[in-house]
Amino acid sequence: MQPIVEFQNINKEYPGVVANNNVSFKIKRQTIHAILGENGAGKSTLVKILYGHVKPDKGQIIINSDLATINSPTTAQSLGINMVFQHFSLFESLTVAENLILGMSEKISLSKLKSKSETICNKYGFNLNLNSPISALSVGQRQSVEIVRSLLNNPEILIMDEPTSVLTPEEIKKLFKIIKKLVADGLTVIFISHKLDEIINLSDHVTIMRNGKVVSNLTTKNEDPESLGYKMLGYKVSKTKQINNINYSEDVLSLNNLSSYSQDPFTTNLNKINFKLKKGQIFGIAGVAGNGQKELMEVLLNENDLEFNGNIIFKNININKLSTFQRKSLSISYVTEQRLGHSAVPEMSLSENILLSMNHKTEFKRGDFINFDTINSYANDVIKNFNVDTPSFNVKAGKLSGGNLQKFIIGREIMSNPELLILSQPTWGIDAGSEAFIKKSLIELSQRGVSIIIISHDLDELLEVCHNISVLYEGSLSKSLNVENIDISKLGKYMGGLFD
Amino acid sequence: MNLDLIIGILNIVLISTTPLVLAGIGELVTEKSGVLNLGLEGLMLMGAVTGFVTLVLTGNYFFSLFFSIISGIILSGIFAFLVLNLMTNQIATGLALTIFGIGLSAMIGKNFSGTPIDGLSPYYLIIFSFLLVFFVSYFLSKTKSGLIVRAVGENHNSAYALGYNVIKTRYLTIIFGGVMSSLAGFYISVCYAPMWQEGMIAGRGWIALALVVFATWKPWRLLVGAYIFGGVAIMQMNLQAFGVKLPGQFFNMMPYLATLIVLVFISSNKIRLKLSAPSCLNIPYEKNS
Repeated sequence: MQPIVEFQNINKEYPGVVANNNVSFKIKRQTIHAILGENGAGKSTLVKILYGHVKPDKGQIIINSDLATINSPTTAQSLGINMVFQHFSLFESLTVAENLILGMSEKISLSKLKSKSETICNKYGFNLNLNSPISALSVGQRQSVEIVRSLLNNPEILIMDEPTSVLTPEEIKKLFKIIKKLVADGLTVIFISHKLDEIINLSDHVTIMRNGKVVSNLTTKNEDPESLGYKMLGYKVSKTKQINNINYSEDVLSLNNLSSYSQDPFTTNLNKINFKLKKGQIFGIAGVAGNGQKELMEVLLNENDLEFNGNIIFKNININKLSTFQRKSLSISYVTEQRLGHSAVPEMSLSENILLSMNHKTEFKRGDFINFDTINSYANDVIKNFNVDTPSFNVKAGKLSGGNLQKFIIGREIMSNPELLILSQPTWGIDAGSEAFIKKSLIELSQRGVSIIIISHDLDELLEVCHNISVLYEGSLSKSLNVENIDISKLGKYMGGLFD
Repeated sequence: MNLDLIIGILNIVLISTTPLVLAGIGELVTEKSGVLNLGLEGLMLMGAVTGFVTLVLTGNYFFSLFFSIISGIILSGIFAFLVLNLMTNQIATGLALTIFGIGLSAMIGKNFSGTPIDGLSPYYLIIFSFLLVFFVSYFLSKTKSGLIVRAVGENHNSAYALGYNVIKTRYLTIIFGGVMSSLAGFYISVCYAPMWQEGMIAGRGWIALALVVFATWKPWRLLVGAYIFGGVAIMQMNLQAFGVKLPGQFFNMMPYLATLIVLVFISSNKIRLKLSAPSCLNIPYEKNS
């Protein structure tokens, strides 16, 4: 049988990176074809080229044995190619119906749209309220809207870019059922992921990419997660495992009945959050994005004056009213989710970025002047101790790769000797080597008696590093589970809001 | 107060408010697509001076209207090229457009200041302004093209991903806004005054801008808002006529004061403002290659 898509020698170069280097492979009709690779391996660039979102420097794409020139998403759609994006392409303030209409290439009346989308919903088990605005929907529901919107165009090929990264385990199961049904009905699905188990469970074929190149094309049923993982990385990553004892007993931080208040419908209000953190404990906060993680971080950090009730006690001091600066002076350190623009200023050098978060330390200033000697030597120490791959501390932060910058940021905070370190998504979107290094550093830090809070969507990461895990769901925090004898299905239920 | 006086006042309100409605609706559509054009004042002045000068030179209302509109297309086209293709800062570019319009209109109109003309009846454009509000409201809420304009202003990356041409959409809305502003200028110099005087728009462009925020980007509210402002402006004359003893400067200040108070009031509720404002307003759009 003819392949439905064939990539021939696709090349795409960005300043400083080769995103796709002579990529060639074929995709068979009516199969689930996975593209596996680490962050930065070039998977997203490749499918964006197929969808007409990015222009390749060289190479061609054959669709249904015809040479296709795809220079915009519109041409891709007319060739039967649709895409479900990783960061959804929905319009928050518009209704579901308006979003669906915007996705359709043909003109359609509202009543016809209703009947058409109802048919699709009933067939595949989606549940959509056409009149509600997107901002009122959960992440899982938003994805349903995206998928239904793509299906309304009767596509032949559906590209899904990391579709499971924001879903609960329950929702992932449901999504996989839907994908299998779609393929049985004639669709070809291109599924992008870096999660090995998912690819084994779902796909028929898998193409593995590394550093912009295709390293292998395989039939999935002959593989297992270990063999795929080895091929994806090119080396074996040993799992760090938490040595699960906390050597201290005193409480460092406690949150008592913390509730936040905001009229903004785009925020989630925290609802009576209670937890205690011991010295040397790593406490993980799991949950699907958008369930109050941002607000919890905000209350702990106090950058935007979010209104809240309840108390935050750090070493017997009530820090409710203290500013970020004052909290840092009490030796609390923060690593926020957004690396560029929040944790670091891209246009400033690494040294200057040290000062930005260490402003409360007197040794970096001489009166009101910057003491470049101390910040440069501090930056040098961070670079050395945390394996940051950079020629010097004068390099602009924006020039570093995600993994290197994250090591630098976390190193900067750790070297300031905090007693409490609060991190949000510490290993999001970085290479496996840096990820392993960061996890190891955090575990070592906790053994030296530093307490750590990790807010993360990545359950595997939390299970690997933390002593205890709680789940945030719609602003409420579940009770904490001990990682040593953890029941994964219970955790999955918590993530879906079923607390006991 | 008798009936004639009330009708007289309403008539004056109607006549003096129309330019605010025209320019405000134009800017509303531009902002709905995510572009902030602070050049209204300059566009209105240029529309006023080209309309007036053409009328003096040709004596033809049609040519006058035509060239006034052409001035709006050219100037807003330049603005669009700068902010969309060269991705200049929208606020700085809009301010530059205003300053440019003030200077150029003064230069063009220098020899025409005080030239008497026969004005056009204002009622054509008054009726047009009401129809305009109706059509823009219908266009934005009921048509697919209107939905695309809103989508582009809400999230330009998503709109592009779905296959819509963000740049083209914004070109069209900016030029629509420019044409409406020049119409408002034409109305002032040819129908309302009718005369040319340097800087004769006298801040109406800024009031129209404030009206868009006041109306929370809704066409009908803009109409209501414009008439409230127009009413306040006329009230100053009548209060003076009724012998209220306050300095004249105070009365002249009232429309601007009212604008300030309303803006402070509205922007104090940040969440409401955030919800109704187009999310991509004033954010430059960079197409990824």
